[in-house]
Amino acid sequence: MASTYVKDPTPATVPPRQPVTRARRPLARRIVDWLTPFCFTLPALLLFGALVLAPILYALYVSLFNWGGFGSPSDYVGLDNYSRLLRDPVFLGDLWRGLLLVLFSVCVQLPFALAMAVLLNQKLRGRALYRMLFFAPYVLSEVITGVLFSMMFAPDDGLADRVLGSVGLDGLGGLWFADQDHVLPTLFLVMTWKYFGFHMMLYLAGLQGIPAELHDAARIDGAGAWQRFRHITLPLLGPTVRISVFLSVIGAIQLFDLVWVVTQGGPDHHSETMAVTMFQFGFKRYQIGYASAISIGMFLISLVFALIYQRSVLRRDTQGALTTMRASR
Amino acid sequence: MSAGVRRKLRSVPLYVMVWLVGIAMVTPLLYALVSGFKSTDQLSDNAFGLPSPWVTSNYTDVLASGSFWRMLGASTLIAVGTTVLTVGAAALAAFALARFAFRGREVLFTLFAVGLMFPFAVAILPLFVLLRTFGLLDNPWGVILPQAAFGLPITIVILRGFFREIPGELEEAATLDGCSAFGFFWRILLPMARPALGTVSILAIVSSWNNFLLPLLVFSDQTWWTIPIGVQQFQGQYATDIARVFAYLILAMVPALAFYAVAERQLIGGITMGATKG
Repeated sequence: MASTYVKDPTPATVPPRQPVTRARRPLARRIVDWLTPFCFTLPALLLFGALVLAPILYALYVSLFNWGGFGSPSDYVGLDNYSRLLRDPVFLGDLWRGLLLVLFSVCVQLPFALAMAVLLNQKLRGRALYRMLFFAPYVLSEVITGVLFSMMFAPDDGLADRVLGSVGLDGLGGLWFADQDHVLPTLFLVMTWKYFGFHMMLYLAGLQGIPAELHDAARIDGAGAWQRFRHITLPLLGPTVRISVFLSVIGAIQLFDLVWVVTQGGPDHHSETMAVTMFQFGFKRYQIGYASAISIGMFLISLVFALIYQRSVLRRDTQGALTTMRASR
Repeated sequence: MSAGVRRKLRSVPLYVMVWLVGIAMVTPLLYALVSGFKSTDQLSDNAFGLPSPWVTSNYTDVLASGSFWRMLGASTLIAVGTTVLTVGAAALAAFALARFAFRGREVLFTLFAVGLMFPFAVAILPLFVLLRTFGLLDNPWGVILPQAAFGLPITIVILRGFFREIPGELEEAATLDGCSAFGFFWRILLPMARPALGTVSILAIVSSWNNFLLPLLVFSDQTWWTIPIGVQQFQGQYATDIARVFAYLILAMVPALAFYAVAERQLIGGITMGATKG
């Protein structure tokens, strides 16, 4: 037998049992036992370490310097970049806009996706076709989506304004992406077009897991459609909803491609996101130190949100395996 | 009124609602498709009607240009390279993390899982500096390697969940028959995990296909441009020739939509699996 390895039937949330040893096995043997799994993880570890972890740590290091990207960082400024960040109206605006996007997603897009999932979970003619259609935009790149909608919402000769014009509502048309007050709502419309089908799919998968007997029993007890939704569907969809909220918040924090293609953060920063600001400083103005501080800020916000969410919201869903905390803690 | 008719009437608003959403989803795509068959002059006079005459040159010009096909090739090559690397490395790691008990296993897994929090945007600056240092700019590896690295977390999470479900008796039997750990992985586990491997491959292909930020920065000359970069460039180049841009957009969508039509079930399965297991 080349190497004994111990089957581990415990679920992900429980730390692994140490192998049961009858007698203490010789050191060489134990080293081999440890080396085998380690060798298996090595390729992934190298790739991940060199191209994910190292860059993040390097960004952390560079964010302490005032650096233009050439030569090596030498002008050490400590936490200055970070204090500048917290005073920067654009970055503070990014935070505010990020929050708006999150609120929009959670309060508008997700309920809409859920409603659609509930509709398409019933016996409707052409149900499969609708499902496929609503999910299709998910596979289109954000660049294609962005260019498509920047043309749809082009002032005057875009489709949206023509439709408004043809029904005599010219006054409502015109600005969309080009206007400070309308750019975020328009962007949000596009995000919904692209992503609601994705969340709808998640909910549909969750709905499939709800036993029909529960609904039948409730119906016999005289519960109406709304009551059944409120007391059976929603609670049982809990885990799915929590995951979907999580994904949508992380997505909103990290939004880049769509904004970059459509508005580059304009007009006058009104659609700028943290990632766009980072890109502007890093690749347009060559303030690499400051841009790195923005990256780290983004990362910290994502991480803190993930940890808090994990601890407080996902704790009951044992399958949420972002960290392998035990629920009993 | 009979109960049947009443039930039918009750479902009318449902149909109307789904219909409306369906129209909202299709309209932009359909409008782009039809507009591609018009000249831009015709488009401004006749936005809503069918093209008269049908102009095919917008589409044929793009298809006749070598650059579109080159981008298609580059996108394909990069997607395949990324996928092979991601799934290969992730499968090995997921095997160790799923079926071995060893010290540091949970720490390792947590490390990878935290990687789910890293968007490209966070690491792109230092990554760019790193790639420049190693001379990987304007080289497909400069896109393939980072994409594979960033794809590992989700792939490992999904595969690990799947590998755990394979019964231990199989493993015991294989070991008794003198199968090494790698032999079990290669001959039994991987063939059994084929559906899961298909799923994570499709996720990797889609995300590579649509990636924009990394190829945008890595490829300064056209040789390796991928489709999304082509779209952005084309829009800049023909900003005034709207009909032509519509045609280009439609052609750029076709591969992704065709792929979706073929692999829809796997893709949806993968997404729901990733969301519930991850």
